[in-house]
Amino acid sequence: MTIAAMSFYLFAVALLTGGLFTVISRNPVHSVLWLILSFISAAGLFVLLGAEFVAMLLIIVYVGAVAVLFLFVVMMLDVDFAELKAEMAKYMPLALLIGVILLMQFGLAFGNWTMADGAEAARRSVTPEGVENTAALGMLLYDKYFILFQLSGLILLVAMIGAIVLTLRHRTDVKRQDVLAQMYRDPAKAMELRDVKPGQGL
Amino acid sequence: MQADLNVILPEIVISVYAIAALLFGAYTGKDKMAGMLVWLTAALFAVMALWIGASSGGGTRTAFDGMFNDDGFARFAKVTILLSAGAVLVLGQEYMARRDILRFEYPLLVALAVVGMMVMVSAGDLMALYMGLELQSLALYVVASLRRDSAKSTEAGLKYFVLGALSSGLLLYGASLTYGYAGTTLFSGIIDAADGQAPIGLLLGLVFVLAGLAFKISAVPFHMWTPDVYEGAPTPITAFFATAPKVAAMALVARVVHDAFGEVVGDWQQVLAVLSLLSMFLGGIAAIGQTDIKRLMAYSSIAHMGYALMGLAAGTVFGVQAMLIYMAIYVTMNVGTFAFILSMERDGQPVTDIRALNMYSKAQPGRALAMLILLFSLAGVPPLLGFFGKLYVLRAAYEGGLAWLAVAGVIASVIGAFYYLRIVFYMYFGEEGETLETGRSPVQWAFLMASAAVMLLGIVNMFGVETMAQAAAATLVN
Repeated sequence: MTIAAMSFYLFAVALLTGGLFTVISRNPVHSVLWLILSFISAAGLFVLLGAEFVAMLLIIVYVGAVAVLFLFVVMMLDVDFAELKAEMAKYMPLALLIGVILLMQFGLAFGNWTMADGAEAARRSVTPEGVENTAALGMLLYDKYFILFQLSGLILLVAMIGAIVLTLRHRTDVKRQDVLAQMYRDPAKAMELRDVKPGQGL
Repeated sequence: MQADLNVILPEIVISVYAIAALLFGAYTGKDKMAGMLVWLTAALFAVMALWIGASSGGGTRTAFDGMFNDDGFARFAKVTILLSAGAVLVLGQEYMARRDILRFEYPLLVALAVVGMMVMVSAGDLMALYMGLELQSLALYVVASLRRDSAKSTEAGLKYFVLGALSSGLLLYGASLTYGYAGTTLFSGIIDAADGQAPIGLLLGLVFVLAGLAFKISAVPFHMWTPDVYEGAPTPITAFFATAPKVAAMALVARVVHDAFGEVVGDWQQVLAVLSLLSMFLGGIAAIGQTDIKRLMAYSSIAHMGYALMGLAAGTVFGVQAMLIYMAIYVTMNVGTFAFILSMERDGQPVTDIRALNMYSKAQPGRALAMLILLFSLAGVPPLLGFFGKLYVLRAAYEGGLAWLAVAGVIASVIGAFYYLRIVFYMYFGEEGETLETGRSPVQWAFLMASAAVMLLGIVNMFGVETMAQAAAATLVN
């Protein structure tokens, strides 16, 4: 077994274990940590595929930002996960039944898997000669998949509008920071110096 | 690139408008601008519909290496989507303003959802399909919970979001299996790879993609969210859900099964036939117990999707034509019906209980008559336009060799007629009760009357929709 194959199995097993424990671990904080493990393993798999940029992106964006944000949310939210789990246990038998049936179907399907002629050739996306991985990705995104890239932008815009529409409240009873008012504050007017005599007070 | 951009010009215009209007709204009067933006957006939709409709002689154009198609089928669907979305926006404006939920973002979210729908019906690639679908769905999730202080509206949005995410997952998995088999996500590549018979990978992909799409058109057994979301969302938004997105998703199903899986007709025919059968019967039977008119319309839409799928299941040009005609008629009926539902109120509060319609005909004979025509048309009573819609899909199914489905469709439509006629019964022969106020908005009155008039006058020549749908269907199936 080559090193590449060995690392593939290592990352794959870590990925699946991480995913499994994300779902089943009792402590939500542990779940997030398991999730981070699966992100890192996925990044490893991307490196094996030769997609270094995506791998680094996965670590920087998902592990560095998303998962940490998740961790904060999980720690701040007061959700009784045990209760949610109990609710889940009620439907477990049916879920398991469906899961097992699906799994068996997939087993049958993948055992008998064929590919269209030329599928492998069509799927292969070779990085052009003399172009770096990242640059090649950029060329694809901004040229070939231009419309998809722009549509993703619109989707993110909708998500942003949605978050603001659904959560922003303009409250009138809170004090807001007024930068100009702060800047134009006059120390002479804001402060008053008094000479307090001992034993008298103000 | 220039030529490619020309093809997607209508989408670009609407997106740019949405962004510009967003900035305008945010920097000026915020929600005070909402009413004006609603009318402006509706006007833009109407102009775009005219523009796209006028360019119908333009033939078929593809852009971005086939990822985006601009053909007769897409144009027919786009015009239907734009007109119905514009109509629903205008209909709900007064209702939302009076209940203080008319945010200036609402028309813009609808505009972005419409861009998503236009991409959906034009998609020539699994990735473009998904992008359009997500753009549409995400905007819909947000508007579903627009009344954020109401537990029901929030629940509707959340339910829609969670189940929608699940269905997107199914769809993506199906897309990945299809890609795994064919080695490409382009519809033209997939149809070349299929080559007459469906190998296991393509079959699994097809089933998962169809399951994901069936959720969007709320076909049984992927319909569970529909009644709750329809009931919980504010009524103007329910009206929107029942019209444009349904057309877009149905057109998308047609596009996928014919463009990408056109070589394996037999395989998807079974799936669509079963979805259609279950939807027609469940929609017809489950609606009987409903007393809330919004829930009732939800089940009604499930049943109607069943009929539209029946046309599609035929797998022929005529089947696609029948589906397009059916959807155009369905949307017109729904716009009229929701115009009436939006106007139902008592002491300023919206009423959705159908028993509130008791003896409505005495108070408002004109509106009651218009509603009677619409309900008869929804039930498919001849000689109204709704009947012709059903006739088309039944004929398509029969000619496509699905005689059993056509027979089942007739039975289901008889069952379904019960609950439409029950509303008519309440309106004309119910008990005396509290009166219902409906006379507030002239816009709603106009749409109700216009829609009822279309149901009557359309039987002459369907306003030419028949030939347009035929031309559109011919460009899709070849």
